[in-house]
Amino acid sequence: MFDILHNYWELLLMGQYPHGALGGLAITLILSLLGLGLAFPVSILLALARISPMAIFRVPATMLVYTIRGIPLIMVIFWVYFFLPLLIGRTITGFTTMLCTLVIYQSAYLCEVIRAGIEALPKGQLEASRALGLGYFRTLRFVILPQALYNMMPSMISQFVSTIKETSLGYVINVPELTFAANQVNNQLLTQPLAVFSLLALIYFVLCFSFTELADYIERRITRKRAGRARKNSGNATGGLPFVTLPATAASKENS
Amino acid sequence: MLTLELTVASWLLAMVLGTVLATLRMSGRRSAKAVVSAFVAYHRNVPMLVQIMMWYFALPSLLSDEMQMWINQFNGEFLYSVIAIGLCMAAYVSEDIRSGLRAIPHGQFEASRALGLSYIGSMRFVILPQAMRIAVPPLINHTVLLFKNTSLAMAIGVAELTYATRQLENYTFRTFEAYLIASLGYLALSLALMGAGALLSRHYKIPGSR
Repeated sequence: MFDILHNYWELLLMGQYPHGALGGLAITLILSLLGLGLAFPVSILLALARISPMAIFRVPATMLVYTIRGIPLIMVIFWVYFFLPLLIGRTITGFTTMLCTLVIYQSAYLCEVIRAGIEALPKGQLEASRALGLGYFRTLRFVILPQALYNMMPSMISQFVSTIKETSLGYVINVPELTFAANQVNNQLLTQPLAVFSLLALIYFVLCFSFTELADYIERRITRKRAGRARKNSGNATGGLPFVTLPATAASKENS
Repeated sequence: MLTLELTVASWLLAMVLGTVLATLRMSGRRSAKAVVSAFVAYHRNVPMLVQIMMWYFALPSLLSDEMQMWINQFNGEFLYSVIAIGLCMAAYVSEDIRSGLRAIPHGQFEASRALGLSYIGSMRFVILPQAMRIAVPPLINHTVLLFKNTSLAMAIGVAELTYATRQLENYTFRTFEAYLIASLGYLALSLALMGAGALLSRHYKIPGSR
């Protein structure tokens, strides 16, 4: 296993980069970062449409999300692979195909995460900021989204982990990412599939496990922080002011 | 429809193994807990495609040639993908059940032990029936995920729906129709699963719980 790593680390890390296309682990990381990064704004818009009181926004967004969640990722890949070139009139690379697929697929899932975050906030937050005279968009921008996104940070990191795992499907349409590179190595060696695939699994494991642990750590931190704030709130509530969550938030932020 | 067979077979494997794993993990023995956490961590942090490749390309090389021939007689691709998908989803199922188990107050367990039930007995008759009911909604989500993930078996040549679609498209060149029908098929079944799941979780909800 170590001599494979020694002989082929360049191929696994960045494909045939200086002499050809970038590949390997580098492409896996770039794809998942770009994929989730581009999906993020789309998913916020989708989430807002999903909870919108206006049916014109809500119904199509809901249908879109359910459709994407109902079909396997590999089907989305084939749709993009065959029909995006028809739609825009020229051929696209495997990288672009995979990126578009990831953005489409992840924005549907991330949308549900963000929606859950928004709906988990007490309704009083929205009412209070509307009562303070903020408009709908300013309420979202300054009150709702900052809290919802912060609370949902662990889920978003988990979503990043699943994006990393999903890039492995690029293998099917010959995107030269990590799984593809490992298969190339395997085809060159022919005799040591166990070592090659164990190495591949190990790389993915180390990468994803560290992010999973990070998500757990942040989740614990947020829980602890919220617990601290709840205690402060009950202290405030004895003063007969049940709605002073905002100063309490500021205080707890200063403390931590 | 190989997709359905694949789904049912790996679902059964996942449920049985997941329940066993969750029970093992809650047993309080440190070695059991370590083994189960390692199993869960591996299956949750490695892409399922890689797990399938591991089972299909890598692990058979440990077996002797006769064994490999013998397995391949019985549709080896199908067998290996059932094992890979089943084991992977078992990790998720065991996590679902574990969170269900954690929602049961410890007094329930102590009470059933005090009434003379053994560890297995109190799990079987008191704890698991309640935990399973709490775990129904996430279990349904993961069933839908499992159904969608069977499409990955096409990478090793199992002739399920996605693979069949590709072949059909190669023969007829009617790309649009082929993918439309396959996608609608997946969509219909996933939505049916989600709908049935919503009914089930309403039915199995413990009265009085949130």
